[in-house]
Amino acid sequence: MAEPTHAIRLRVNGVAHDLDVPARRLLSDALRHDLGLTGTHVGCEHGVCGACTVLLDGEPARSCLTLAVSVDGQEITTVEGLAGTDGELGPVQQAFKDCHGLQCGFCTPGFLTTITAGLRDNPDPTRDDAREMVAGNLCRCTGYQNIVASVLRAAELSAQRDGGDAGGTP
Amino acid sequence: MKPAPFEYVRPRTVEETVAALAEAADAKLLAGGQSLIPLLSMRLAAPATLVDLNRVEELAYVRTDDDGVRIGALARHAQVERDDAAAARQPLLRQALTLVAHPTIRNRGTTVGSIAHADPAAELPAVLTVLGGTVTTRSASGTRQIGAADFFVGPLECALRPDELVTEIRVPARGPTSGTAIREISRRHGDYALVGVAAVVDVDGDSGEVTSARAGYFSVADTPVVLDLTGTVDSGPSWDRASEHAMAALDPIGDIHASADYRRHLIGVLTRRALAAAHAELSATIRARGRIDADNSAEGRGSDG
Repeated sequence: MAEPTHAIRLRVNGVAHDLDVPARRLLSDALRHDLGLTGTHVGCEHGVCGACTVLLDGEPARSCLTLAVSVDGQEITTVEGLAGTDGELGPVQQAFKDCHGLQCGFCTPGFLTTITAGLRDNPDPTRDDAREMVAGNLCRCTGYQNIVASVLRAAELSAQRDGGDAGGTP
Repeated sequence: MKPAPFEYVRPRTVEETVAALAEAADAKLLAGGQSLIPLLSMRLAAPATLVDLNRVEELAYVRTDDDGVRIGALARHAQVERDDAAAARQPLLRQALTLVAHPTIRNRGTTVGSIAHADPAAELPAVLTVLGGTVTTRSASGTRQIGAADFFVGPLECALRPDELVTEIRVPARGPTSGTAIREISRRHGDYALVGVAAVVDVDGDSGEVTSARAGYFSVADTPVVLDLTGTVDSGPSWDRASEHAMAALDPIGDIHASADYRRHLIGVLTRRALAAAHAELSATIRARGRIDADNSAEGRGSDG
């Protein structure tokens, strides 16, 4: 007997998708399996590692701790939505590249989404702020130093892209 | 790891929610899901029906009045944490919420959900208990008010009946001569505490003498435990006897995270730190109000910076 499904609409990276999913479908699986957006990585699948973090109406959320039916109609940003339409890396992505903020890259999508929202709320973080910003994400390669450096670099890049000295960073 | 199949109901009002709970035989309520979804994924929980509260927007409130703070079942931790009026009315709320997991979890997890989940290692059940807060429930047959001390029954077990929903919690206001603090030790940033203590200290507004000292413990027993330490605070104030008393009065559990002996040690250390910090916070508040001279206010002797 087929499992009942629910018709939902997810707006992912600005594009509306209509889906029929079982109620138990995790958002992480809906993104990866149903929409083919495999940039969102699934690490621990119980909310500890942060690899699956996406932005839900702009706020970081664990997609493995969210049912897709529960966020019907909401706006989701995945790592695929962080680059410009021309493929130009977003400021956080560019900073990770500049500062060697990744090695194997498995955890990176969760860091990128988390930091994107974090810098929106706090565009000029201190080193301590940067550490706090990424405290909910695990990385087993880098030792975090280069990730913290990437947060600070991303803040600089964002300020520059927002128009010269408009960011007001010293 | 995938949840087992379940029926899914998405009510839009409290009325629809209690009707759904009355109808379903084996239902679980889903709010933020930050504890429930892992349980579903690991199949430690496999309810026949999941009633999703996420569209019951009438419960997404934080309201502050003279009595304290009322938090609706759909208010996210982050919403409560950001609420300046709530933090002013009862500072222990924000103090505790910053220790709950990580910001990303707090964006989705709900404060009331943390109460209903009744994890003995969680901050909020101990906070609600030490403050003497209440839990309001609704079912098709009516509403109930349950004191926090009666609400927590065992590990992940509370007085909520299967057909009931917690609609809100009421967190009493901080008294004018009352200070609060929370201290915990965890293995990693954002983890559940090995031991935690939420403290409330009251002083006489004129003399500055401690008139009441209460501590709520989490990750110590099957439910939050509150100790009245008032009689153990010596002038100074000195927290030494309070710390010793707590170590003797509590019988902590040992598990894979920490032995009972280590927990008892932490109870002593954290009792001292939390009481001293609560007293220091109070002194600072009173000084700011100009109620007592700065020289009069004794800082805590604890080692917590």
